[in-house]
Amino acid sequence: MTSVAEKTAATASEERIRAVRKAKNDSVSRAEGWRRRGPLLPALIFMIVVTQIPFLFTVFYSTQSWNLVRPGSRSFVGFQNYVDVFRDTQFREAAFNTVLLIVGTVLIAVVLGLLLALLLDRAFLGRGIVRTLLITPFLVTPVAGALMWKTAMLDPVFGIVNFVLSPFGVEQIDWVSRFPLAAVMANLVWQWTPFMMLLILAGLQSMPRDILEAGRVDGAGSFALFRELTLPHLRRFIELGAVLGAIYLVNTFDSIYMMTQGGPGTASSNLPFYIYQRAFLGFDIGQAAAMGVVTVVATIIVATLALRLIFKSFTGNEEAA
Amino acid sequence: MSTATTTNKASAAPAQNGRRHVKKSRKPSIWGVLAWIAALGFFFPVFWMVLTAFKQEADAYSDPPKLFFTPTLDQFRGVFETGVGISLMNSAFATVVSTILVLLLGVPAAFALSLRPVKRTKDALFFFISTKMLPIVAAIIPLYVIVSNIGLLDNIWALVILYTAMNLPIAVWMMRSFFLEVPGELLEAASMDGASLWTSVREVILPLVSPGIAATALICTIFSWNEFFFAVNLTAVQAQTIPVFMVGFITGEGLYWAQLSAAATMAALPVILAGWIAQNKLVRGLSFGAIK
Repeated sequence: MTSVAEKTAATASEERIRAVRKAKNDSVSRAEGWRRRGPLLPALIFMIVVTQIPFLFTVFYSTQSWNLVRPGSRSFVGFQNYVDVFRDTQFREAAFNTVLLIVGTVLIAVVLGLLLALLLDRAFLGRGIVRTLLITPFLVTPVAGALMWKTAMLDPVFGIVNFVLSPFGVEQIDWVSRFPLAAVMANLVWQWTPFMMLLILAGLQSMPRDILEAGRVDGAGSFALFRELTLPHLRRFIELGAVLGAIYLVNTFDSIYMMTQGGPGTASSNLPFYIYQRAFLGFDIGQAAAMGVVTVVATIIVATLALRLIFKSFTGNEEAA
Repeated sequence: MSTATTTNKASAAPAQNGRRHVKKSRKPSIWGVLAWIAALGFFFPVFWMVLTAFKQEADAYSDPPKLFFTPTLDQFRGVFETGVGISLMNSAFATVVSTILVLLLGVPAAFALSLRPVKRTKDALFFFISTKMLPIVAAIIPLYVIVSNIGLLDNIWALVILYTAMNLPIAVWMMRSFFLEVPGELLEAASMDGASLWTSVREVILPLVSPGIAATALICTIFSWNEFFFAVNLTAVQAQTIPVFMVGFITGEGLYWAQLSAAATMAALPVILAGWIAQNKLVRGLSFGAIK
């Protein structure tokens, strides 16, 4: 009884304190609000200035007919650039390649990463070294990595891939020019698989072992355990990996620049590379800007969906841990 | 390998768990062999790059590929003669300065968005991360125009500013997740003891989040050092970074593979070493702290 009374008294006093605090907060809320916001503002302002102003300029340029090769040609053309962009078959091809590169790379990297993570989740001799070796492709400067794939691995005469395949009767194939998109994808998969592996491995190691033990005691087979327990637990790790991978892969440039230059023709150019070509080699600022805006709008649509996934992953932190 | 021991320790902590692993690790398993094969396969291009860097050009161009040869430092010497030093300095400068700026801007912002949440915290967080979602190409043309108008074309400070913007959202998200782990009672206790906000930040919070700051710095370092798109479009000779140096190297010198491999090795090695040393922090950083 006394304890209940005490508790009520405690709650009452707590409430009083809270009310006082609230009143106090209301009176100084402005100053306190600014004091709280203070640390945030430099970063926020910096980001707005550096990222939003250029984008506004892009939108403005996209309404201009502006080619640096023809001085004095600059004029307002409204939506003409956008009309041209949608008529441009090369742009469509680049857009298609972009999607193909992202989806293909993410899918293959996730599957390979999952397999490698499952291997690394077991104990074996030299596991730490194996993990160290496996994460290295992610650390290599992408320009250097792409260069190595083009020359050391895929070269028709001196490449290791042809050397390894030669006993199987495969003739000398110029991989990069015959399968340019696949060659770029091989390089990207090599670079991104370690990232997926690390993420999924973190997921595996955060998994409560007793659940698996219980499942085993109940007589479930390895595959059933994997499908019913491990895979659902890994889902948000895989989702996060796919979303983050896609975010970075939208901007793929190094690999294409170093390996194929978007060629042959435009067979392997993605949107970043095609827009770069238009702007810095074709000097067509208006066109390139319109393409940039179209790319951004398309990305925002996809990214909004992706962001929901990320936010779900973040807010679902406790229940999954 | 110190990393090997830490992983084993971590996974062997619960008792039953440890038993499981010990049982398995006694006998060499087919899975271990498979993992080794995969690891060597993934590592091979890097191994080959480093190996080629120590070859003479004639050895680098041999068919079939040569595994055994007399190693030489000629290629590294050759690369240094072509002036790689400036690019290395530029890369180091842009990386270090932008990382410091990111921490100076990002850590307070993350603090404001975690321990003392401001109004519309979610909106601010969303804004930061949304900037990472936008393709950089959409901004490169005006960036080029702006940068050249304010006279920063081929100036390393342009890259410093852009790398700061590139890494700041990641840093804010990462640091926020580290701040959220600081126990609230600890802060209350500090304020009960009459500690000012600044004192509790300095004495209580910063020591707790310093591993997070280190991880954030590592991620920023990796991304800045490896960045290529801004560098190739906004720099030329004076401010070129190491990835841009490699491109100029190819067109200028023709294809000298061994020398190119030496340049690539120099470009990749600092980050590889940093990543190896701090690999346990990598996942957390790369997932913006979403994974604990």
